[in-house]
Order: sequence, then C-alpha cells, then structure tokens
Amino acid sequence: MAACAKGLDKCIILLRSCRNVQFQSERFLSTSMWRQADSEPPKFVPPSKPVIIDKTQTLASLRKFLSPEFIPPQERTSPLKFSIERKDMIRRRKVLNIPEFYVGSILAVTMADPNASGKINRFVGICIQRSGKGLGATFVLRNIINNQGVEICYELYSPRIQKIEVLKLEKRLDENLMYLRDALPEYSTVDPEMKPVPFSPTGEVPFNKMKVRMRPKPWSKRWERPKFNIQGIRFDLCMTPKQMEFVQKFAQPWLEYDMLKEYDTSKLEEKILTEVQQEISK
Amino acid sequence: MERDRRSTQDSISISVSAVAAAIQKMSRVRVVDNSSLGNTPYHRPPRVIHVYTKNGVGKVGDKVLLAIKGQKKKALIVGNKMPGDRMNPRFDSNNVVLIEENGNPTGTRIKVPIPTHLRQLEGGDYSKVLAIASSFV
Repeated sequence: MAACAKGLDKCIILLRSCRNVQFQSERFLSTSMWRQADSEPPKFVPPSKPVIIDKTQTLASLRKFLSPEFIPPQERTSPLKFSIERKDMIRRRKVLNIPEFYVGSILAVTMADPNASGKINRFVGICIQRSGKGLGATFVLRNIINNQGVEICYELYSPRIQKIEVLKLEKRLDENLMYLRDALPEYSTVDPEMKPVPFSPTGEVPFNKMKVRMRPKPWSKRWERPKFNIQGIRFDLCMTPKQMEFVQKFAQPWLEYDMLKEYDTSKLEEKILTEVQQEISK
Repeated sequence: MERDRRSTQDSISISVSAVAAAIQKMSRVRVVDNSSLGNTPYHRPPRVIHVYTKNGVGKVGDKVLLAIKGQKKKALIVGNKMPGDRMNPRFDSNNVVLIEENGNPTGTRIKVPIPTHLRQLEGGDYSKVLAIASSFV
C-alpha cells in the first residue's frame, strides 16, 4: 500500500511538472493569447465533433406520401373490408420498411426463396407497374440479364419479402412502363451491383423526362393508340405523320365527361393518410 | 376487327401467334444452351411438336419434343413468356434446353438465367441441367 501511495505521489509530481512545462512552452509560443492567459486560464473548448454523412445510406422520406394501394377502388364493396385490410397493412409496415417509390424507380428486392442457394434471392430492376389495392398490391420489376429480359411480379405485403431498397428514386412520364418490353433493351437494363443513388428526403421527387426508342413493330400492344396515352415513346421515329394522324381516329374524348367515372380521392387520401400516420406512430 | 386490320396495313403486316401463351404444339421456342444443334442457324425456327403433359400445355419444368433442323429432339422448358405465380420470374422468350433421351443435357452451358422454382418441380431429376446453369433468378 505504502509503496503504491509513494508511486502515486511521484506520478502526480511528474504530471504537475509536465503541465508546468507545457504551460510555459505554450506561453513562449503563443503571442496572441498572451493577455487572456494572463488574466484567466484558457477555458477548455472541446473540438467540434466531425459529422460523418453516409451518402450511400438512403434516408427515410420526409414528404407526405401515401402508398397508392391504401386508396380503395371505386366500387360497391363494403368499406369495412378495406379498413380491416388497412389495419393488416399497417401491421406489416411496422415490421418491414416499405419505402416510397414510384413507377420508373429502380428497386432491389430481397426475398426468401427455399429453392435458391442461401435461401435468399435478390433482384434488381426498374419498377414498370404498380397494381392492386389493399393487401394484394403488387409491383413488377424488370431487368435484362445476359440479354434475356426478366420480369418478376412481387406482392408488396407478402411475408416472403425481407427487404425493399430504393436504389434510384425517380418518376417517369407515364404511370405504366409496360412498353419497355417493346423498347430497345438498353432502357430496361440495370446493373445488379448498382449502388444506391442518394436523394433528398424532402422536396420534389426527381422527374426523368426521358423518351424511349422502340424496336420495330409489331409490338405487344398498340402503344400509339390514344387509350394508352403514352408520353414516353419517340413515336416520331417509328411512325409517319400520316399514321400519327390516323391513330387519332381511335380517340374517345367524350370519356372524360363521364360523370359516373369521376372519382375524386383527395379528401379520402387525406383521411387515410392521417389514419395511417397515427397508427404507425403508435 | 376486319376494318381494324385493313386500316393498319401501312404498318408491317405480319401474323403473330397468341401473346404470352404457354407452350403448346407448334410454338416456336428459343434454345438457350450452347449445343451445336441449337445454335447453328437454320431457315426454320425450332418448333414444339409434342408436349409431355396431360393437358398439352407446357410450363417451366415440362418436357417437350422439338422439331429442330429436321430432327426430333427432346427438350426441357426453362422459361415462359406467360406470367405464372406471383414472385416467380417471367421471361421475354420461351426458353428450352435440349436434353437426351436419358435426361442429360446436350450442351455444357446455359447462357441465360434459370428460374429457381425449377428445383422444386417434380416429375424428373434435372440436377444435371441445373448444374450447367450460369445464373439463377
């Protein structure tokens, strides 16, 4: 014990002398701090903590966004069915993070696959369609692997899905990109090793106004017809002006005045959004 | 419908078989392995002349008989254009792999991704076909 105390004493003396030496040397070196140091000892200012922003990690979106499958379709089904389904969807969303994404965004989906090696299957592709309402909502990812077009239709609320990542958040000119099947392959090719592109969690969603060039006809559908109303195709490259004019014959401009098909969801959307936000924060 | 067809004559007039249907007799298919029989160009595309199922409709994992380069050859379907169940891939072409009578593949490599649910399908042991696949999806 005594030896220990002695040792401690020695240590303290050493430390003190060290501090003195340091203090002196500081005085000798610093000239600007001379007066301040004279009046009072310099206060300890902790160095500012370096803020490391990991740009590869995508942030959760802060903008007001309601996933389209929450809005019930216009039909005579009892609203009770949809409210019960909504409850189940929120329960699933508490477990699995389903990010905000749109048709045209590039996603990576990891799902459990009992047949795959490692029991996990990861697929990267561009989202070309979102469909279905309620628990059965689906989205379709498309990619071209080894010059072979592959599409997978995922169920958004399937228990097999383990992770959904948004690699690139953007919107395209159309709500449905099924015409990418008939477009040149470069428009649906995505690198499977792609790193996530950082995006701002607030403000407007990036809008990609790219127009695609198509393969020669025949296509799987007549995309030039007005009923598809497609903006994202370079029709001027594959059709003559005469053909473009001819196709307008199939337009049905009276349909927009059909009052039975009117479905204003803005109020419903707000109601459901507040309900969902309350339930999720519980 | 008739008027419709006549009106689009200024575009390329070509007869197209039913879109996105499963494989049946006379379907044209794409051979995706590296066998010399399936890869040498020929003026007639390989066609299915028999499907070894009870209902005559072929899906992934079914055996078919092909007419290829004037010969009869058995093949295994490894990709459908028709969408199947959710969470299973759909391909842009109907893909087949040539197999011998005993079930061994003719080629030594498959160039395109193969659906993983081919593994669980019964009705034949295709482990040798799965072994030569380059990637799964």
